[in-house]
Amino acid sequence: MTRTGLFSTIPEDHRDRLMDLGRDVAFPAGARIFEEGSKADRFWVLHTGAVALDLHVPGRRPAVVETIGAGELLGWSWVCPPRQWHLGAEAVSPVRAWEFDAQEVLRLCEHDPALDHALLTYVVGTIGHRLRSARTRLLDLYGPYGSGEPR
Amino acid sequence: MTAIPLPYRVVETRPETADTVTVRLEPVHEALPPFAPGRFAMVYAFGVGEAPVSVAGILPDGGLLHTVRAAGAVSRALCALAPGAVVGMRGPFGTGWDLPLAAGDDLLVVAGGIGLAPLRPLVQAVLAAPQGHGRLNVLIGARTPDDLLYRGELDGWARPYCGITVDRPGAGWRGRVGVVTTLLDEALFSPAGTTAFVCGPEIMIRATARDLLHRGLAPDRILVSLERNMHCATGHCGHCQLGPLLLCRDGPVVGYERAEPLLSVREL
Repeated sequence: MTRTGLFSTIPEDHRDRLMDLGRDVAFPAGARIFEEGSKADRFWVLHTGAVALDLHVPGRRPAVVETIGAGELLGWSWVCPPRQWHLGAEAVSPVRAWEFDAQEVLRLCEHDPALDHALLTYVVGTIGHRLRSARTRLLDLYGPYGSGEPR
Repeated sequence: MTAIPLPYRVVETRPETADTVTVRLEPVHEALPPFAPGRFAMVYAFGVGEAPVSVAGILPDGGLLHTVRAAGAVSRALCALAPGAVVGMRGPFGTGWDLPLAAGDDLLVVAGGIGLAPLRPLVQAVLAAPQGHGRLNVLIGARTPDDLLYRGELDGWARPYCGITVDRPGAGWRGRVGVVTTLLDEALFSPAGTTAFVCGPEIMIRATARDLLHRGLAPDRILVSLERNMHCATGHCGHCQLGPLLLCRDGPVVGYERAEPLLSVREL
């Protein structure tokens, strides 16, 4: 686990301090991990399983916009105001994860600039990757010819 | 390879999705020379026109499977064929997937949309002779769950991994949602000893190849299938030119060390 994703990007001594704040949690398949609009006060790094990120659509079932899997960061809305979840999250399969209290981590970062930098670099990289993926999917590459082109 | 189309009869059609059909063809008289995975035929719908179609299945009796998506006049005509109809066939053309290059390697087969069709015979060849290679990983991206090809076969392709992700999930979909490269985190391979076979829209090919290079695959171990406007299929008309390559002859399968600089040129 410490060799992949977030944990691989943080220098070892800083990583140990971060890991001291983490706790091992499990979610059964179908569990709602957080709801869109609620307070973003935690984040997770998935160990096993997959989580669907969804968007509330009035009058319809939530629309899944992306799934994330083992080694990936679940939740970044805690980084900046308004610190509310932009999406909902549901376990697609049984999930094991490291859970972190965002306030505790932010307090630790205030006194550890190297950890702060490594953590934010990773979070920004994750956001960038998901933005690129979303933009690529906007092109509707697999759709009927011309369906993704601007009108 | 023949310059004159040989007659092939449609013996079976199988709808794959709402707009895609797999057609099984058998020679009426003489058969074309043997096909290999990744190569293509020029299929002539009489009275409509001719289109390049990759081989999606190579049958022991000389029959061929072609998976066709209704996108233009010729492909719509091919999708509408009924058993008993006759088409003209030329081929085989182009370069195929170089499976001997990957001897002993872990294999990454990465497909986007209809790009799974040219990769299907490659997967079948690996499954038929698994001792020749390492781990087989098949990664499939589709628009929606309803757009998945060969649904009845996919479970048997997990040797050890077959992952599927879609752009737009429908109700009841419990699988992955996102771009196909996200599946690379789940695949089981050693980058230094892996060969990748990639087919799909060119943006997807470039994104996949970039990710594979980042993970340590050598460019010449990333084989990609490119598509241009093929007409003659014999390297004479130039419609399928991509820089120095005529893709009907020098492709469609090329190593990424050749494809990368060409794909980065605007409007080439």
